Amino acid sequence: MTVDSNPLAQTSLARRIIPCLDVRDGQVVKGVKFRNHRVVGEILDLARYYRDQGADELVLYDISASPENRRVDTGWVHSVAEVIDIPFCVAGGIRDVAAARRILNAGADKISVNTPAILEPTLVAELSEAFGQQCVVVGVDSVWMDEDWWVCSFTGNEKTITRTEWRTLDWLAHVESQGAGEIVLNCIDSDGVREGYDVAQLKAARQVTSLPLVASGGAGEQAHFTEVFVEADVDAALAASVFHSGYLIIDELKQTLEESQIRVRR
Amino acid sequence: MSTLHGQPLAVIDSGGANIGSVLFALKRLGIETDLTSDPEVIQTAQRVLLPGVGAADQAMRRLNDQALVPLIRSLKQPVLGICVGMQLLFDGSDESATNEPVDCLGVIPGRVTRLIPGEGVRVPHMGWNRLIDLDARSPLLTGIQSDSHCFFVHSYAAPVSQHSIASCQHGQPFSAMVSHGNFHGAQFHPERSAVIGHRLLENFMAMTA
Repeated sequence: MTVDSNPLAQTSLARRIIPCLDVRDGQVVKGVKFRNHRVVGEILDLARYYRDQGADELVLYDISASPENRRVDTGWVHSVAEVIDIPFCVAGGIRDVAAARRILNAGADKISVNTPAILEPTLVAELSEAFGQQCVVVGVDSVWMDEDWWVCSFTGNEKTITRTEWRTLDWLAHVESQGAGEIVLNCIDSDGVREGYDVAQLKAARQVTSLPLVASGGAGEQAHFTEVFVEADVDAALAASVFHSGYLIIDELKQTLEESQIRVRR
Repeated sequence: MSTLHGQPLAVIDSGGANIGSVLFALKRLGIETDLTSDPEVIQTAQRVLLPGVGAADQAMRRLNDQALVPLIRSLKQPVLGICVGMQLLFDGSDESATNEPVDCLGVIPGRVTRLIPGEGVRVPHMGWNRLIDLDARSPLLTGIQSDSHCFFVHSYAAPVSQHSIASCQHGQPFSAMVSHGNFHGAQFHPERSAVIGHRLLENFMAMTA
């Protein structure tokens, strides 16, 4: 019996599949294999493409906004909100309530904060009070070091990993107490390797938070999604390259999950 | 009753961020409109939509500040509350910064309470969940099947009652949609619920006083 075939299950909430697109200056970078050619740029086409494939949500990660103090341009957020009829979250470069307000007013459903939540201790609470817990996603980059998981922050132009003083599990409990509404746990050690999500870490995270938990980092095969839902009881699984390469198609993935008795929206 | 000679739809400006996405969803239906807090516009519109995000106490404070509460209560045209906008239609809600229950519009009997987390039940209730126990007689549900998935984001909910026209299960059963006279509500976000949300808004726009 899997997590979702229990007849006494107290919820009929579907597990979510979330593709993540990197956006720079309003254009999708890295590219997505789309109808047999690689598309870079057309953010609206790609958002529609994933919507039509059955994506439950989109994360749009603004990589132009992260270093220095660049403001997130909200024109593209507005455009996505106009055409897309599934929820989407904007991540990257949100350092204060004013920036979050601009993005939410442009039509995003949620905003995600990562490093700024660490640098600015009151940020999560301020965002939660201003917009409601449900809008506030905390992204956490976590790495295994010295026999524990530690929160990392990225600083500077290059992705320079800095280990913070926060143990990951302590940090998750902390941001929940501050009013976070969802956690995206990006496991650095498994990220980019395509050998599966970091089930051990996600399982440990599941024990310390009652918030919706999104697995990130390591998806390479359909079986990795089944594994992370069954073993770690996460609410959603996020992936980028495995979808962008066309290697996995979301609708096919969901069919496989459904056959494994995992609740999905189809 | 004044004749409803105004615009096809008035969307009440209940404050909070990201209620703009409701306007985008309406635009996809071919309806161009703005948020309004103008009593004349609301009074004479053929239909009224009450969106809402954030907390019930903040939303009620804003409606009170704009002196819209008696007006909304007196409306005779179809009114649709979305998410917190639906919760405001009830007698009261437990959702407030001070933990003091807040009085709401009171046009649908019942109280809104916090969802209780449990084994496998996370709060906020966030994601796609299924509509069950649909009232097939409701014109709002035309073309919408049982077990359709809709997008929910909320921590408070109204209990299932005689006014429920669709329910949902998350730790406990709760009202996913309600109707009482001309007042209707959807706990989920039709503007983010793909084809089902589109159909609901279409059905609402087909309703008349």
